[in-house]
Amino acid sequence: MATTQELRARAKRRKLIVQGILCALTILAIWGAVRSAQVNLAALGITSGFGFLERGTGWDYSFSLVERSINDPYARTLLIGFLNTMFVGFICIFLSTLFGFIIGTGRDSSHPAIKSASTVFVQIFRNIPLILQAVFLYSLLIHFPGPRQAMNLGDAVFLSNRGLMLPGLNVSAGVAVAMLLAVLATGLLILIRRTPLLRGVLQWSMASGVIVLGTALLMRPEGEALVSLPALQGLRFQGGITVPVELVAMITSITLYGSAYIAEVVRGGLNQVPRGLIEAGQALGLTPGAIWTRIKMPMSLRSIVPPLGNQWIFIMKATTIGIAIGFSDLFYIVSNSITQSGQTLELIFLLMAAFLLVNFSIALFVNWLNARLQLKAH
Amino acid sequence: MSFRKRAFGTPVATVLSIVIFGILAYWAWLAVDWAIFRAVWRADNVGDCTKEAGACWSVIDARHRLILFGLYPYEEHWRSTLACLSIILTVILSCFPVAWTAKRLTSLWVVGFAIYYLLMEGSLLGLTQVTTDGWGGLSLTLFLFASVVLLGMPMGLGLALMRRSEMPFVRMFAVVLIDFIRSLPLLTTLFTAAVVVPILLPSWLEGDKIWRVIIAFALFFACYQAEVFRGGFQAIPKGQFEAGKALGLSYWSIVGRLILPQVFRHALPSTINMVVVTFKETAIVIIIGFFDVLASAKAAFGTGEWAPHYLEVYIFVGGIYWLFIFSLGQYGEYLKGRMAISER
Repeated sequence: MATTQELRARAKRRKLIVQGILCALTILAIWGAVRSAQVNLAALGITSGFGFLERGTGWDYSFSLVERSINDPYARTLLIGFLNTMFVGFICIFLSTLFGFIIGTGRDSSHPAIKSASTVFVQIFRNIPLILQAVFLYSLLIHFPGPRQAMNLGDAVFLSNRGLMLPGLNVSAGVAVAMLLAVLATGLLILIRRTPLLRGVLQWSMASGVIVLGTALLMRPEGEALVSLPALQGLRFQGGITVPVELVAMITSITLYGSAYIAEVVRGGLNQVPRGLIEAGQALGLTPGAIWTRIKMPMSLRSIVPPLGNQWIFIMKATTIGIAIGFSDLFYIVSNSITQSGQTLELIFLLMAAFLLVNFSIALFVNWLNARLQLKAH
Repeated sequence: MSFRKRAFGTPVATVLSIVIFGILAYWAWLAVDWAIFRAVWRADNVGDCTKEAGACWSVIDARHRLILFGLYPYEEHWRSTLACLSIILTVILSCFPVAWTAKRLTSLWVVGFAIYYLLMEGSLLGLTQVTTDGWGGLSLTLFLFASVVLLGMPMGLGLALMRRSEMPFVRMFAVVLIDFIRSLPLLTTLFTAAVVVPILLPSWLEGDKIWRVIIAFALFFACYQAEVFRGGFQAIPKGQFEAGKALGLSYWSIVGRLILPQVFRHALPSTINMVVVTFKETAIVIIIGFFDVLASAKAAFGTGEWAPHYLEVYIFVGGIYWLFIFSLGQYGEYLKGRMAISER
């Protein structure tokens, strides 16, 4: 019989050996990958390195928020793709969270009509693959009538096969970005100052309104209207903001899908609020609205935030479906760059790095939000 | 409160009920009218598919073989039909509690998958051989789905066990891999497997594109499933592991006989959810160039004659996905409720 010490030593040895083998295998795999990459790239005649980033691309793509030309270097084109992904991602995160909370509350409602309407919404949009919804919507939109027969909403909003035309503030792009940053900064300030959630949202909406209206009033071109409306001139629309078809399809489909998921997260959170608390509120004569803002939301937010963060990351990742409908998100640009330049490894590295960076930042933000919401020990 | 009181108790509630139910009923009527009453059903009277008519289901009548089986040889379609049924039956059978032991579930899935593969490939049964390039449509989607779940499940279990290991390097390996894959979009992982991995492998190891993509998809599934299993592990008191140790059981006996049966039970509803999500996510393979059900749907209305009827085709394919995902999802919900009751 072996003594206890011997057995312990044996177990320890075994653990070391297992780890050693795993470690060796990992190193071997990495070494093997590097070796074959050298061999294969040499055979294809590709020089590795990031030198290609300064070369011009020579191809065009569908959407950009900033000036672009087909002579842009790869670095700038990739940056535009990254910007597009961020743009769509954050718009969809914002809209999905907003609609998700509304519909999730509807799912929890005691009113049968509200409840069934929200249930129908969730069951339709959650149970069909996102990419199918996106291509469906895209095909539907490109079969819309042209600008002359565009769907017209009060002469201000038009929907045609060229996209969605919206009225816009009469300011330059630079001012618009500054305005957006100011709005975001206010939001962050309110978050940091630990204002109670609902009062915070209210303050933020009001501050945003003041910022937007104020800058628009101050910065508009001399003698022009505050708002520029889209209007049909010949075969196309002038003025206002034109949202291209691809972008409409992207934002709508991701938002519908994302809000169906977030609605389920919100419903799960609301379900966890103890019945007694709600009944106590009713006994005190609180209105349903007050019960929602004072009891249900504060209580359930703690269990909503962690899975909500996962949904935000999911939405960010979902922007990669852009390639299926020709929207130039980061994945689209990277995939195109790989076909055109052959710098596969470098480009896929940049793509992964970008997503890791963004998703880890979202995760960090959610962790911080979560820590802020935890109950303090008295 | 009764339905009547909740719906018509106060004036506001009454107005809401009338407006919302009215809109829903109106939409439902529009949909039914378009899809059934004014629809054209048979392929022989395509001429009836005018702008005024409703849904033109003739396109499905004419092209359903393409949508379901892709470019699989026409006279061999009975094989694809049986193969698809085998996978669907496997999924349905695994929903019955009788099947819920590790051995039975594993053999069920291995047998179901083997039947599928033998029928589709054919050469081992003495039928005409059809290689994976010839597979397509719904049968390819089901193939991807079944192989990802079958490969991914043991990988996920392995990763979950590695993540709980006492050995720091093993644990670190699992944590880094899981967090890395989970932070990347599925499309990036699959794209890497299809396009980048051939560069990183010597040519004798490269294999078929479809298998590289399946392995990458299985890895993605495994990383999420590992987190599901982790939740199951956390539900089991530490004392049980220590009790097993005190009885002198080996690590594998403790894990295999004591812990895992309970972990599976706890993880079942989330596992079903994961399986449903995987089925839904298979639709993304169209982007890396596979002829799955979405790609074959696009091909079905791609030619001139049927081009105006893209809507019907998408609705048909969406309906297939919806039926499968909705029913499995409802089953998962039911199971969750049932388990919550039995634990009380």
